[in-house]
Amino acid sequence: MTMDGTEVLKRTVTEDEAAILVGWTAALRDSGSLQSGRIREAELQTQAKAVLGQFRDALAAGGLDADSEGYASLRETLADISRSRAIQGFTPTDTANFVFSLKEPVFEALRRTSAADASALAAGVWAGGKVLDRLGLHTMEVFLASREEVIGRQGQEIAELSTPVVRLWDGILALPLIGTLDSARTGVVMENLLQAIVDEEAEIAIIDITGVPTVDTLVAQHLLKTVAAARLMGADCIVSGIRPQIAQTMVHLGVELNVVSKATLADAFAVALKRTGRKVVRQQTSTEERR
Amino acid sequence: MTVTKAETLPVRSGDDVVRVRQRVRALAIEIGLGLVDQTKIVTAASELARNTLDYGGGGDMRAEIVQAGMRKGLRLTFEDQGPGIADIDQAMTDHYTSGGGLGLGLGGAKRLSNEFHIESTPGAGTRVTIARWK
Ligand SMILES: Nc1ncnc2c1ncn2[C@@H]1O[C@H](COP(=O)(O)OP(=O)(O)OP(=O)(O)O)[C@@H](O)[C@H]1O
Ligand SMILES: [Mg+2]
Repeated sequence: MTMDGTEVLKRTVTEDEAAILVGWTAALRDSGSLQSGRIREAELQTQAKAVLGQFRDALAAGGLDADSEGYASLRETLADISRSRAIQGFTPTDTANFVFSLKEPVFEALRRTSAADASALAAGVWAGGKVLDRLGLHTMEVFLASREEVIGRQGQEIAELSTPVVRLWDGILALPLIGTLDSARTGVVMENLLQAIVDEEAEIAIIDITGVPTVDTLVAQHLLKTVAAARLMGADCIVSGIRPQIAQTMVHLGVELNVVSKATLADAFAVALKRTGRKVVRQQTSTEERR
Repeated sequence: MTVTKAETLPVRSGDDVVRVRQRVRALAIEIGLGLVDQTKIVTAASELARNTLDYGGGGDMRAEIVQAGMRKGLRLTFEDQGPGIADIDQAMTDHYTSGGGLGLGLGGAKRLSNEFHIESTPGAGTRVTIARWK
């Protein structure tokens, strides 16, 4: 009898494909992939069936080398599955288990077909373990890369979403900053503001930093640059929402913003109205009515 | 003086700097620092973490809760194996920057802390330790 593990494995997977598939889908069902409700049983079965068929073909074409050309279409299928798992919010464990849980039914089948030949069984198990481990890692690599992509995209979306420029009045804009102001976000903030200044022909831009947890030298520098750029576009800036603890910290840092600053956005708005020649008054009648 | 809690965080990316700030904030709250003192140590940590990343090529921060008699404090050590600083007095001078910053980070971190210590060996790296006491 042959001791070539690849041959043993190939023969077993080809001859026992149906039984392996049954064992695998049972293992997948038990592993909890379905309980999360993220995937239907029928879909999981279709995926398992396709992967197993391609695995059989890949073994014939590429032997144990999961990085070879013979495995290209299997790798592609696994990558697709991983990517969709990442988007659907599967855990890394669930995703890795998809491939790793194929080991048990394959070993099971090897025991059935090679029971009489211990050395063939050992060689087959070694071969199966090697190639399935490699495929499992491939699945994880794609999964992690996709997760990073998803997270990166979400980060960008948040960066754009959370930097709205609000038009408070003719020629008066407000830019409420919320969250961490790191370089990538600040670039977006600055562009949005400058564009809005042009579009609205704004005279005054109020930058509200109530929602910025820490003002360090980098944030201060970004603010200074934004104020300077706004000035070049013909708009004056007012910074509002500097909380007392932030004000103290800025003094210790030695940072000076050299702009008008107000405690609240409301105060800053009042200044902006005044500077643009407007005044808010309480209606005479309403005060009289209340009396 | 005894160390009652210690942990180390990596400082290798911009996201790590955010995590450093969040962790320092949590530890400052844990030892009972008030809002102003929390903000001071978090801001100082932010400065030193960014220097570690930008000039030191990355490193780590060790955070320790220390106790001296009845007093509790938070001690932070930022360490990198970067190019080091040849002239520490110059680096500490307000408005001196070699990287287009405001040049206020090191001096600011010192003014925001109760204790400040810097050692640096050109070609070997930099270590800055600060502490804030309750
Ligand atoms: N860990 C470090 N390794 C090497 N050089 C450093 C390190 N930390 C600071 N320096 C040097 O010291 C200078 C001053 O640092 P400081 O933090 O005061 O200012 P900055 O980082 O240039 O600007 P800012 O912090 O105001 O944005 C830096 O420009 C840099 O040349
Ligand atoms: Mg600095």
